[in-house]
Amino acid sequence: MDQKIRVLVAKPGLDGHDRGAKVIARALRDAGMEVVYTGLRQTPEMIVNAALQEDVQVIGLSILSGAHNAIVPRVMDLLKEKQMSDVLVIVGGIVPDEDAEQLKRLGVAAVYQPGASLEEIVEFIRSSVKQTA
Amino acid sequence: MRETLASAKTYRTLSGLPLEPVYGPEHLPGFDADRDLGAPGQFPYTRGIHESMYRGRLWTMRQFAGFATAEETNARYHYLLDQGQAGLSVAFDLPTLMGFDSDHPTSRGEVGKCGVAISSLADMETLFSGIPLGDVTVSMTINSPASTIWAMYLAVAEQQGVDWSRISGTIQNDILKEYIAQKEYIYPPRPSMRLVTDSIEFATRHVPRFNPISISGYHIREAGSTAVQELAFTLRDGIEYVDWALERGLPVDSFAPRLSFFFNAHNDFFEEIAKYRAARKIWAYVMRDRYGAKDERSLKLRFHAQTAGCSLTWQQPQNNIVRTALQAMAAVLGGCQSLHTNSLDEAYALPSEHAVTIALRTQQVIAYESGVTNVPDPLGGSHFLERLTLDVEAAANEYIRRIDEMGGMINAIERGFPQTEIANASYEYQHSVEQGENVIVGVNRFTERVEQPIELLQIDETAECRQIARLGELKRRRSDSEVTRTLGALRRAAEGTENTMPYILDAVRAYATVGEISAALKDVFGGYTETSVL
Repeated sequence: MDQKIRVLVAKPGLDGHDRGAKVIARALRDAGMEVVYTGLRQTPEMIVNAALQEDVQVIGLSILSGAHNAIVPRVMDLLKEKQMSDVLVIVGGIVPDEDAEQLKRLGVAAVYQPGASLEEIVEFIRSSVKQTA
Repeated sequence: MRETLASAKTYRTLSGLPLEPVYGPEHLPGFDADRDLGAPGQFPYTRGIHESMYRGRLWTMRQFAGFATAEETNARYHYLLDQGQAGLSVAFDLPTLMGFDSDHPTSRGEVGKCGVAISSLADMETLFSGIPLGDVTVSMTINSPASTIWAMYLAVAEQQGVDWSRISGTIQNDILKEYIAQKEYIYPPRPSMRLVTDSIEFATRHVPRFNPISISGYHIREAGSTAVQELAFTLRDGIEYVDWALERGLPVDSFAPRLSFFFNAHNDFFEEIAKYRAARKIWAYVMRDRYGAKDERSLKLRFHAQTAGCSLTWQQPQNNIVRTALQAMAAVLGGCQSLHTNSLDEAYALPSEHAVTIALRTQQVIAYESGVTNVPDPLGGSHFLERLTLDVEAAANEYIRRIDEMGGMINAIERGFPQTEIANASYEYQHSVEQGENVIVGVNRFTERVEQPIELLQIDETAECRQIARLGELKRRRSDSEVTRTLGALRRAAEGTENTMPYILDAVRAYATVGEISAALKDVFGGYTETSVL
């Protein structure tokens, strides 16, 4: 049976710039994945709960406001608490290189900065989810 | 391979309008110079709102700035004014834009990040310390809490002893584009529109030289719309504001001269120039024929332009200087009244002082060296530009007609119409970039393996703590009974139909905070969550 990859695209924090999140959500859907988009202004708690309820394999966080250092570690902690560390977390947005390295040390699988290609992201999710399946 | 593809290619503007191989008089059948063009300074103002344009006065070079606390931003303002900038433009942080105080749990990690943190009048006093509000015009990018922030500004003017009749500037206060694009809303659309109308009415009666609204296409474009959509949705928003002000009983010519606009300056050079020209023309006809405006100032669309943030690349960031210069040139050739040029580092962070200086110098080079300011609308009469102006106008008018049919912009927003149009356009654009149909230098062509690092502005991580401490101290110092009294009065006014501005002013003078005032209004108006359109 062809199991579709399930992805939660989430927009945490106060930032309302959702162009990237929406484009990614559509691209992943067009690539044959099952995509749930949370909408705006989600707290880390809301995001992790949604991921649990929707039983997703991937969480994509879109953050353009510079608040990633406050938000992402909280999401990672909550995932650990709920024993959901197998969920693949990827971050997209305006994240400086040093911060990206720090986020990866916390367990974020990939950080996509401006200009990243949709194809690259789709491929990364496909290959990573296959490995863990 | 590439060559064969190129020969089969149809040429289009960035917005998808088809282009002929070459343009001549045959592409302007029935062109009527009086109806379509007019002289500069003459109806329908296609060629500009002033007869002599920049010979009379240059545009205002107005760089948007704000970061960390009021103290740090105040220092940047003094620097910019010393560098020859003519006006100020305040960027607020996300908590302020969303009506939260710096000490609210939701604000954690966001205080002072995307702009300056302003929680109370005390912060506003610091922000404009040493800046004479009677002499400098100030633009403030604030929407949902616009009346609160404006009230703080008016209170600072009072403290400086400057009469409200003398101050001039702009609050963005354009809530419709928040629902459409930027998504910084607090209350549902209708009560939000009432607050906007309150401030338009208050300005008309008490602060006559202030622009109580800047009807903005900028954010619509940044969210991924085409140039035509940007133009159409912005002007249709303008129509909605006019309808509400008329409903309030204000005569059209009493407020229409103070409506101002804000457009993006994007990459497609000629399409952008056509967009500004079409904007003036459509608005002039709308105000004259749809509303019967008589005052010439009501018919003239004045606009601020900002170069396209979304066009800036993270890769090879120095190239952004060139992009910005071309976009700024389009805004100038399109007859803008004020202009912000983005800094080369803005795909990374808020701009450094070095980067913002280059951006300001870019405007100065255009203004003083390029010669484009010597005659108004220098491209007017070009077969290509006139055809494109007509095409952009027709396409925008078609959108405006469709939204009229839906019963206006609020209905259209509630149906998700503009949101869906923008989401589709942005997805198609991204797709064409992926396919290499749209070239982005340094991103999908002419890439380099090793990137040159650039120096970035670091927001002092202690800013959040310092700001929270300041706010705590203010809350201990002020009179709690005055705060409670003024907020209660505001709540009652909001429940009724009175203009809320005088009550917001009282609350602000009592040092009630942005968060407290927004919460009081939210008690009455309720909150808002959009249905996300994918």
